[in-house]
Amino acid sequence: MITYFTDIYHGLISLFIGMGITFKEFFSPTVTVSYPYETLTMCDRYRGHTQLIANEEGKPNCVVCGLCEKACPSNCISLAGEKPEGGKKKVLTKYILDFTRCSLCGSCVESCNFNALEFSKEYNLASTRKEDFIFDLLKRLEEKNK
Amino acid sequence: MSLTLLNVIVAVVIAIAFAALNAAYLVWAERRGAARIQRRPGPNINGPFGLLQPPLDGIKLMAKQLTIPGGADKVLFIAAPVLAMFPAIMSFVTIPFSESIVAKNMNVGVLMIFAFASTGSMALVFAGWSSRNKYAMMSSVRAVSQAVAYEIPMLITTITVVMIAGSTDLMEIVRQQSGSILHWNIFPVLGNSHNLLMPMSFLIFFTCTLAETNRAPFDLGEAESELVAGFHTEYGSMGFGLFFMGEYANIVIGSCMTTILFLGGWNAPLPFLGFIPGIFWFLLKLYLLIATFIWIRWTFPRTTIYGLLNLSWKILIPLSLFNLLFTAGLIKVF
Amino acid sequence: MNSPIKLQPDETFILNVGPQHPATHGVLRVKMEMNGEYIVNAETVIGYIHRMHEKMGEVKTYPQFLMNLSRMDYLGALGYSHGHVLLIEKASGIEVPERAEYIRAIMVELNRVASHLFWFGAFVMDLGGFSPLMYALQDREYILDMLEAVTGSRLTYCYFRFGGLYNDIDDDFISAARRFIPRMRKSLKKYHKLVTGNIIFHKRLEGIAPLSQEMCRKYGASSAVARGSGINFDVRKNEPYSVYPEFDFDIPVFHECDSLARYKVRMEEIEQSLRIIEQGLDKLPDGPIMPEKKPKLIKPPPGDYYQAVETARGSFGIRLVSDGGKTPYRLKLRSPTYSNMHLFDESCRGMMIMDALAFMGSLDLVIPEIDR
Ligand code: SF4
Ligand code: SF4
Repeated sequence: MITYFTDIYHGLISLFIGMGITFKEFFSPTVTVSYPYETLTMCDRYRGHTQLIANEEGKPNCVVCGLCEKACPSNCISLAGEKPEGGKKKVLTKYILDFTRCSLCGSCVESCNFNALEFSKEYNLASTRKEDFIFDLLKRLEEKNK
Repeated sequence: MSLTLLNVIVAVVIAIAFAALNAAYLVWAERRGAARIQRRPGPNINGPFGLLQPPLDGIKLMAKQLTIPGGADKVLFIAAPVLAMFPAIMSFVTIPFSESIVAKNMNVGVLMIFAFASTGSMALVFAGWSSRNKYAMMSSVRAVSQAVAYEIPMLITTITVVMIAGSTDLMEIVRQQSGSILHWNIFPVLGNSHNLLMPMSFLIFFTCTLAETNRAPFDLGEAESELVAGFHTEYGSMGFGLFFMGEYANIVIGSCMTTILFLGGWNAPLPFLGFIPGIFWFLLKLYLLIATFIWIRWTFPRTTIYGLLNLSWKILIPLSLFNLLFTAGLIKVF
Repeated sequence: MNSPIKLQPDETFILNVGPQHPATHGVLRVKMEMNGEYIVNAETVIGYIHRMHEKMGEVKTYPQFLMNLSRMDYLGALGYSHGHVLLIEKASGIEVPERAEYIRAIMVELNRVASHLFWFGAFVMDLGGFSPLMYALQDREYILDMLEAVTGSRLTYCYFRFGGLYNDIDDDFISAARRFIPRMRKSLKKYHKLVTGNIIFHKRLEGIAPLSQEMCRKYGASSAVARGSGINFDVRKNEPYSVYPEFDFDIPVFHECDSLARYKVRMEEIEQSLRIIEQGLDKLPDGPIMPEKKPKLIKPPPGDYYQAVETARGSFGIRLVSDGGKTPYRLKLRSPTYSNMHLFDESCRGMMIMDALAFMGSLDLVIPEIDR
């Protein structure tokens, strides 16, 4: 009989304690960011899709060694290059990143020995079409240079 | 005669408007309140403080197609949401908001409100049964046992109050509590019963209101993590909207009843504050209670069906019965 | 709880819980044969997001498979990567610098806390309380921010490398982690007051879904499921790996066998993980994070290798059969939730649906991890 009442009492107290906590939280400041109106800066190591690094002349550093293509576990890089007449080094002519399959693992960036690839800080990447995620990184680089 | 009829019609229209407005803006208040508790901003984009959110939601709901699942019982399926809203609105007619603001006072006001309240659970049963969905059906079965279990202690506590007041007239019950906070039925030190067990009755009544209105932690009918959405799983469009509004209208009615029966209705808490009109006090108490409803919902997990029945049959009913007898004794003595 | 009513098989109906259901947290389907609210029989149907991780392990080279592990269990990804890198290092005899191992342990424990926090929130939400989820997410967010600053991603990390780490931690991380520990302890107190002490919560879990030790052994359950039933087993203590022997921590074991015990084990584990992180930060040695000499191509000699680790969800085993080639001959992943989940079919018989779903929540299922 006693336990019957003590149980009710302790149960009630526990409910009031819980309500006390939510009451306190009610008057605490909000912690969220209203996304489209406020944005956070991405941290240095943030992994967006990959992008090419350009040298001083605005041309990609890439020497078309193809290591990144091989390292990629998801086969999402396809690149091509050609030797211009008179030139010694190969020049990149095509660098397609199939972002629909990229897992942002970083193998490509790590495998590149020529400082030619990096992660971008791009995260606003919504689209309704799949084709929009097949990135032409050369074109992106040109756009960035402009 | 025609004048009184007109009065009643006007009153009903006002009641509908009041109920709908309350329902709409309580959704807003709930969302904002929940957001504050969870330290989010809540709806704040549409209009100042997101105040345009409820009408926009309403427009969205109305624009949706009303689908009826194949094999459903059409008549009941359509009738159920209306039935959820209707009793709540009818109950408003007899609620006295202040000495003068009451659509139609009846000397059996308490009985009428309980009569309407008990039809409310019929809506859930109809909805669950007619939508031909297993989740909805399980939910409606729960709703019935819940309604049966909680109407009993609720009525017993109400009878306690009615005994103290000696009347089933809501206005009379409120008038009996005039004076100060110590005359109110929640803590009637100076009231005519001097029953110091009344806070317990208040808690019982409040718990029952939570259960009656299917609010957390007793929202077993809805139980979104088990029964998907319970009885309104199959409802979209305004069918869902009406259920939603019905829920909030019921909350308002439940809080009105708590205010009237226990918190002294339109009476000021201290005599010298009596110059402030009664309607202010009534609404203040009403919305404080509703805020508590919201607060509770966002604090506690849900009970189980047997936990709920145990609570009712093992705790609430014995205690309320005891208080009934105790009060009867006190009334005899004083 | 055993059903007090006699179940008549001819009065039952089939209820399909899932694959899309709020309580299954993913695409798990449970076919329940119900008698009213009581479950007569249940059958879990898995495989809705099977992604052939084991097969991928066979066709991809070792480094290429690295990031797959974090896709198995997206809530406690680092623990799985840890098992993988430990295995390959063992197989091909790569020495790991001490600093790297310490950082790994700190990261894994942080990830474990994050995972448990999410579980805590989701579990309470299964029971109908929504706010604790939001509070838990706030703390988890803090961890994710820290991990993101170091690893670059928030959920599916690719941070561990064979022999070491992708990059080093900095002072910012260390000070953030130091600030996190007292913050988390304070939050834990809040959770205990708000949730653990709550009478409704107690009533819903106490004595619900008792799992006997035999049952746990029969199905090979681990993590809090086994430890809530009094089985004192934790890979970190029983088969020590990495730098765990250096740390002083306890394995919480409860003997009540019910859902509440499983809940308590996990909450206590958060505290123990905090202790490990604290000690790890204190003891963190200086030095490189990658070994000086590391084979260019990873080709473990032919053989059979096995490594078990304790992840947030239990004992994760990874077995490698190598034929000396560039890709494994066979890579078997033993996912802990797979074993934990299969308890459900047998144990939930006679339970009410709401208890059964609470029980399912207490098993801490992550569906992609089951399906692999
Ligand atoms: S990040 Fe990984 S998956 Fe993406 S392109 Fe680079 S190597 Fe391929
Ligand atoms: S590894 Fe670097 S240099 Fe080689 S192809 Fe890729 S981006 Fe170009």
